[in-house]
Formats: sequence, structure tokens, C-alpha cells
Amino acid sequence: MLEALSYEFIQNAIIAGILVSLVCGIIGSLIVVNRMVFLAGGIAHAAYGGIGIAIFAGFSIFLGTTLFAVVTALIMAFVTIKQRENIDTFIGLIWAVGMAIGIILVDLTPGYNVDLMSYLFGSILAVNREDLYFMGALFTIIVFVMTFWYRDILSVSYDSEYAALSGINVNFFYTLILILSALTVVIAIKVVGLILVIALLTIPIYIAQTISSSLYVMMIISGLAASVFTITGLWLSYSFDLTSGASIILVSAAALTVFMIIHRLR
Amino acid sequence: MQTKFNLRVIEIAGLSFAYDKELVLENINLIVNHKDFLVFIGPNGGGKSTLVKLILGINPIQKGSIKIFGEPLQKSLTQIGYVPQNTNVNTNFPIKAIEVVMMGHHAHKRAIVGYKKEEIAHAMHVLEQVGMEKFAHKKIGSLSGGQRQRVMIARALCSNPKILLLDEPTSNIDADGQKQIYELLRELNKKITVIVVSHDLSVVLQYATKVAHINKKLSFHDLESLQKEFDLSNNAHICEVELLQMLGKRSC
Repeated sequence: MLEALSYEFIQNAIIAGILVSLVCGIIGSLIVVNRMVFLAGGIAHAAYGGIGIAIFAGFSIFLGTTLFAVVTALIMAFVTIKQRENIDTFIGLIWAVGMAIGIILVDLTPGYNVDLMSYLFGSILAVNREDLYFMGALFTIIVFVMTFWYRDILSVSYDSEYAALSGINVNFFYTLILILSALTVVIAIKVVGLILVIALLTIPIYIAQTISSSLYVMMIISGLAASVFTITGLWLSYSFDLTSGASIILVSAAALTVFMIIHRLR
Repeated sequence: MQTKFNLRVIEIAGLSFAYDKELVLENINLIVNHKDFLVFIGPNGGGKSTLVKLILGINPIQKGSIKIFGEPLQKSLTQIGYVPQNTNVNTNFPIKAIEVVMMGHHAHKRAIVGYKKEEIAHAMHVLEQVGMEKFAHKKIGSLSGGQRQRVMIARALCSNPKILLLDEPTSNIDADGQKQIYELLRELNKKITVIVVSHDLSVVLQYATKVAHINKKLSFHDLESLQKEFDLSNNAHICEVELLQMLGKRSC
């Protein structure tokens, strides 16, 4: 096992796993306390449209996914701010239409031979330097935003009506949270795939929420828990030749089960 | 005359408001004086909440005017401390009581990162005022409904307002907790003006000095003069429904 650590792709996978876990801990906490889990799921699946466009038009898949996810987040923000009723319906619509666009565009691409499964279930062992730079940059941006706007984001998340009354631009911060969620989804797709993203954004967060009395503590605990699950899942995936994304999620789910039993017994 | 002007904390004149052509408030006139304990009562859908939203500057003024300390209304909580309805939502949220209180601080006086020492000290001071200083570092969800409401009152007091406005402050709170909240408001009323929206007449009448019954139109009552007429102190003998009808029909 230890000699595996000398391979560059394993080193990259471990760094990516930890970076993505920390980002998911922070942003997942915001998604959960703002009750945006369904919204984040919608963005994750709609992002497949971006993969389709990139494959069809022949540019970087990472770029295509990023742009498409951010545009989807902006549409989601606009719809949820303007049209408070029927939000669920609109999210479901964007969720499905995004995926459908992706599938059709892949169909229309001649000689298509990209491994589709790697986007659905992740390909952490295929992470390269460029991906790591992007993940590092996103982590830095998120830490920066959370450091300087923590109080506004806390106010908006806890009580948006009161936040608006005290002069905070609620719509701006709501949109910002959604854009950061979209970027998080894009890097998490690399690690666990778009179908499993939502698990990484909720399981560690649920554990952290139960034992935290502050939002920032919840973010830190979530990030650390997610890191442990990701590295454990990665190790199992390497040792037994299993799909990495699914291994990470099942490790998380097992940990959650143990946590809930211990929590009940106490 | 100058002192008399200063006594008027809120002055509403000829105020009307409609949602999509449906008139909710019609020609409201009201003067709230310094250290009044005023209650807005009236049926659901009668316009109480709409009036509150107008005073807070959430709803735009369509007709008439609202002045606060003689100045036209501004959209901010600088003069008014506001305690919204439904403080029982989001109880899973990981946040400490003191963090909720510090949301009441003025945005421009805040630290760039985190909380200033003065902000924490001031938050502790207002928590003491509402008797909740021992719970400052407790998670908000672990508090009882009444305790949580005190924290919300502390948040409203954080900006040192001259007026405290509470929307149905005792709706999910047990009888003991309700009494404690009103005792606290009576204590705060020694220094500031208190306005409460409520439908629970029996409790409120023991504490209020003025009543405004709102059902599209507003009828105003000074309870001190009413008490002489009806001997409200002995309120066990008064039928609440009749009293409510009476308050709705006539003005004193």
C-alpha cells in the first residue's frame, strides 16, 4: 500500500480528495442550512449539459461544465427569487432538461469515445495538475469569501427576512451561495461523479450539524469528516479495485449509520 | 412646543394601502407617543401585518405618510427594534444565542473579520437586560420558545432603538413564558416605546396603555380613560368577544 503513495496519480488523487472534501464541507453546510439540497442536486445533474456541449463543440470539458453549471446556478437563483411558488417544479425541470441536452449532444457527436461513466461516478485517479490548480483556487476563494462575509452569509442563512431589514443584500448573497455551490459541484464531479455529488454534500454535513453549535464549526467538522471518508474510500477503491466515487459514498454512509447508532445510545 | 414634538415617536397620517386594488388599510391616522405601550389588535387579514410592514419600510407607501421622530421613513432598523413573528423556525440551525443577538448590530460599525470586543460586550449587556446572559453560548435550538423569544428581543435591542415593535411575540409560548415576556416588555417600556401586534386580548390588556383596533380602518383607544369607564382592572367580568367588538366599533 505504501509504495502506492509514490505514484504521482495517487498523490494527486489524495490532494484532490482532501481539497474537494474541505470545499464540500464548507459549501455543503451552507446548502444544508439554507435548505438548498434539491437545488444543488439540480445543478449537479444539469451540469451534464455542459459536458455534452463541450464534447460536441470540442473544447475543454472542465470549462464547459463550469460555465454551464454557473449559468444554471444563475437561472436557479433568478427563478427562486422571482417565482417563490412552484420552485420544486422549476428545479426538476432544469435538472432534467440539462441532462437531456447533454445526452442528445453526446449522441450527435460523431466518433464519441469518452468514458461517460467517469462523469457519472467520478474518476479521482485521473485528476491532473490543472484540476488541482482549479481546486486549490476554488478552495482559496471560498475561504476568502467565508472569512470576510461570514456574518452576512450567517444572517442571510439564518433569517433572511431580518437580514434584508438590516440592510444586507439578501439576493446577492443567495446568488453567491448558489454560484459557489455550482463550482463545488464541478470539482466534486471529478471525485465522486455527478450522481453521487449530493451524498458528499449532505452525509458529512448531517453528522457535523448534529454536534456543532456554530456554522463555522459545522463547516470545519464537515470538511474533516468528508476528508476522512474520501481517503478511506480511495484506499478501499485502490485495494479492492472498486469504483472510487461509490466507495467514498458507501464509507460515508457506513460512518453515518455508526454515528447515528452511537448518538441514539447516548 | 419643542418637547411636545419630541414626544411623538411615530406619526401616521392618511395612510392607505392596497394589494392589487384590494384595499387593506384605509385612511389610517395614528400618533404614538414616547413610552406608550401600544397594542395592535384586530382580526386576521384585517391589516395588522401590513401596517407593521409599512412602518418597517418593507412595503412601499402608496398614499399618506409615516413619520418617525418627525423624519420621513427610511428603510432600515436604525430607529426601530423589530421582533418578527415565528421565531420557532430553523431550530436545527447551528448558531449560538449571542451570534443571533449580534445580527442586530449596525452594519457600518462592524469588524472586517469576526466580531469586535465591544460588539460582544454590548451583546452580553442586552442579553443581561432580557435575563438570558447565562444562555449566551447555548445553541438557539436547545432553548425553549420563551427563551428564544427573549434572545430575539435582545437582538432587536442591540441597536439601542427608541421603539420596540413585536409581531405576535407570544404565539408559540406557554402561559408562564407569555407572562414573563410581557413583564419584560413592561420593564423595557420604562425607557422605550413598545408596540405589540397581538390577537390575545386578555393578556395584553393588563400591560398595554393604548390599543389600536385595525380592521381596514383604525380605531384608537386610550386604556387609561377606558379603565375608568369599564373598570378593566377587574377584567374577569368582561366578555372578551364583547370587548373586542366594542374596541372595533368606537374610538375614544
